[in-house]
Amino acid sequence: MRRGPVTRALGEHPIGAVFVTPYVVFLAAVFAYPLGFAVYMSFHDYFFTAPGAIVERPFVGFDNYVTVLSDPAVRRAFANVLVFLVINVPLTVVLSLGLSTALNSAIRWRTFFRVSYYVPYVTASVAVVGVWLFLFNSNGLVNSILGPLAPDPSWLVNSKLAMPTIAVYVTWKQLGFFILLYLAALQNVSKDLYEAASMDGAGRWKSFLNVTVPGVRPATTLVVLVATVTGANLFTEPYLLTGGGGPDGASASPVLIMYQRGIEQGNPDIGSAIGVLLVIGVLIIALIERRFVGRED
Amino acid sequence: MKLQAGLLALVLAGSLAACGDSGGGSGDADAAASARGPISIWYSNNAEEVAWGKQMVAAWNSAHADQKITAQEIPTGKSSEEVIGAAITAGNAPCLIFNTSPASVSQFQKQGGLVPLDTFPDGKQYIEDRSGDIAQQYKSSDGKYYQLPWKSNPVMIFYNKKAFAKAGIDTTKPPLATYDEFLATARKVVAAKAAKFAIYPAPSNEFYQSWFDFYPLFAAESGGKQLVEDGKAQFNSDEGKKVAAFWRTMYADKLASQEKYTGDAFVDGTAAMAVVGPWAIATYKGKVDWGVVPVPTSSGKPANEIHTFSDAKNVAMYSACKNRGTAWDVLKFATSQEQDGKFLTATGQMPLRKDVATAYPDYFAKNPDYKVFADQAARTVEVPNVANSITIWQTFRDAYSKSVIFGQQDPNEALDGAAQKVDELAKQS
Repeated sequence: MRRGPVTRALGEHPIGAVFVTPYVVFLAAVFAYPLGFAVYMSFHDYFFTAPGAIVERPFVGFDNYVTVLSDPAVRRAFANVLVFLVINVPLTVVLSLGLSTALNSAIRWRTFFRVSYYVPYVTASVAVVGVWLFLFNSNGLVNSILGPLAPDPSWLVNSKLAMPTIAVYVTWKQLGFFILLYLAALQNVSKDLYEAASMDGAGRWKSFLNVTVPGVRPATTLVVLVATVTGANLFTEPYLLTGGGGPDGASASPVLIMYQRGIEQGNPDIGSAIGVLLVIGVLIIALIERRFVGRED
Repeated sequence: MKLQAGLLALVLAGSLAACGDSGGGSGDADAAASARGPISIWYSNNAEEVAWGKQMVAAWNSAHADQKITAQEIPTGKSSEEVIGAAITAGNAPCLIFNTSPASVSQFQKQGGLVPLDTFPDGKQYIEDRSGDIAQQYKSSDGKYYQLPWKSNPVMIFYNKKAFAKAGIDTTKPPLATYDEFLATARKVVAAKAAKFAIYPAPSNEFYQSWFDFYPLFAAESGGKQLVEDGKAQFNSDEGKKVAAFWRTMYADKLASQEKYTGDAFVDGTAAMAVVGPWAIATYKGKVDWGVVPVPTSSGKPANEIHTFSDAKNVAMYSACKNRGTAWDVLKFATSQEQDGKFLTATGQMPLRKDVATAYPDYFAKNPDYKVFADQAARTVEVPNVANSITIWQTFRDAYSKSVIFGQQDPNEALDGAAQKVDELAKQS
């Protein structure tokens, strides 16, 4: 059968192209073009100008990357976000899987607990940060409970504890979303498998390890990847909770530094170089995670 | 904000600039300088300034039907400066913004976003006649005025009389002139539990926070020096190091807090003193019985020799403006002696006029609390109008935060290190 030019270009079902076009346009405008432009800016001496302003934006090769990588504040921000990920991602997986398993069983107040875990996720960070400042300042509730065991300096102004505290905060805030993912995955784990495990003499713990954990592996891969990507994009918490990445840059994140250099200080070329390095870093980590967490048995 | 959002923000601004590159704005500058017609302006969202802005616009519009002003508050963003920077790039900045931060002027200028006011025949003369010698601080490195010095909020030390009385400290002439007196008074306040902290400057790391701890005291100690002068950092001088040592003691002895505070520590009674300008008086009304003194110096200089940070906001004309002739007329109208008087009455902030203390005798007779700020307004120090201004302030803040607030480095060493970096930044154009 002879295929017309439209069919050749759009396939057997051209209507499909109509359906995907909005998303393709969205992706191109909001992700592909900005990413490409950011890469362009990172290789040029680039700054924002008023329309009509005549300025040179020469190609500078890797100069912006050299500037970024030789800046101790940037290097520290990348190290900080690694600390964040090492705490946040495993904690997110363990807590969300454990809690979703508990919420999936027939417990009293199940709906109440499900809503409770989800509320922090849908509440604006600005509002929740105020509560955490109250909880974790030197006279806050946490230190009052800890009494003499309270750290000095307190959590958010302690250079060793600021980033871990933020990691715990973000874990708590995002938990509802990840619990939701696991709850959906748990519906697909066949009850027959639990019955078979039970007949083989497996207790609750063994069932969890040998049935639940492998049964939700695709969800775990998704949770790990999403937690990594959102974690690497950390901005609001160091911006608000620790007053601009304090103390002394101990909780600064690459996106916070990118904002300072790119927007506040008017160096979008430097900001873009940080952004591009972060994208590369996240991709590498995601590939490693995919290799280990997402492998098929 | 997510990474994608950050990249998108950077890129959208960049794309808008790229799209506009072929436009021919500068060629029309001469015609625009005399063009008249409707204009738009932005002002701050502070309630008192909004009230003043509305009456100023109404007064102008009633007499200029063919050159009406459309006014609005600065759109919301993380900061006014970000919003203005984005508007410059997008080419939709208004003609005038009555809230332009002097620290951002060099950046806006580099972006090609500002109109040099010297392009108007009476531009330079008007600015210097109105503000006197202080106007020199607002000149850019090319010798032009890209901002009209509008109003200042000379930063002084407010104290809570009730807290001081509880600590047994004189509430009319409290001993706060020298560093030793200030520290002794601070210790008394905390020891008497009159307040948890003696003073509570924001300990966070934003670039502008040093304007309200180090900088006013440095201006006073150094006799009116700016952070950077003649392309060289000044803050690592002996005077700067004395100021750093003073604040280090305040933090080390827990007389000031290292922790971020949500709210106003002075209003809440958590701190017995505050470093702030007269704009805050309205917020203290009915909440704090306050007194005010100049910032301290190591030797206790007399009040009439003390300089401080101006905390000024200025008016700039933006290059997207088509009817610049009208904009310049509005600028002069809004900063006339009459409108400045109305601004002073509405807000309590000091118009940057050389004669502010004597120009409005009725106001200061009725409001004696404000007289001290008018006297102080004659000796204010602005942020340096140099390239990389924000980067310089962030570099300073990082060093100050690490050494003075958190005690993780010797302050002298930190200031010397920051000075080297700042010298390099100031050299760049």
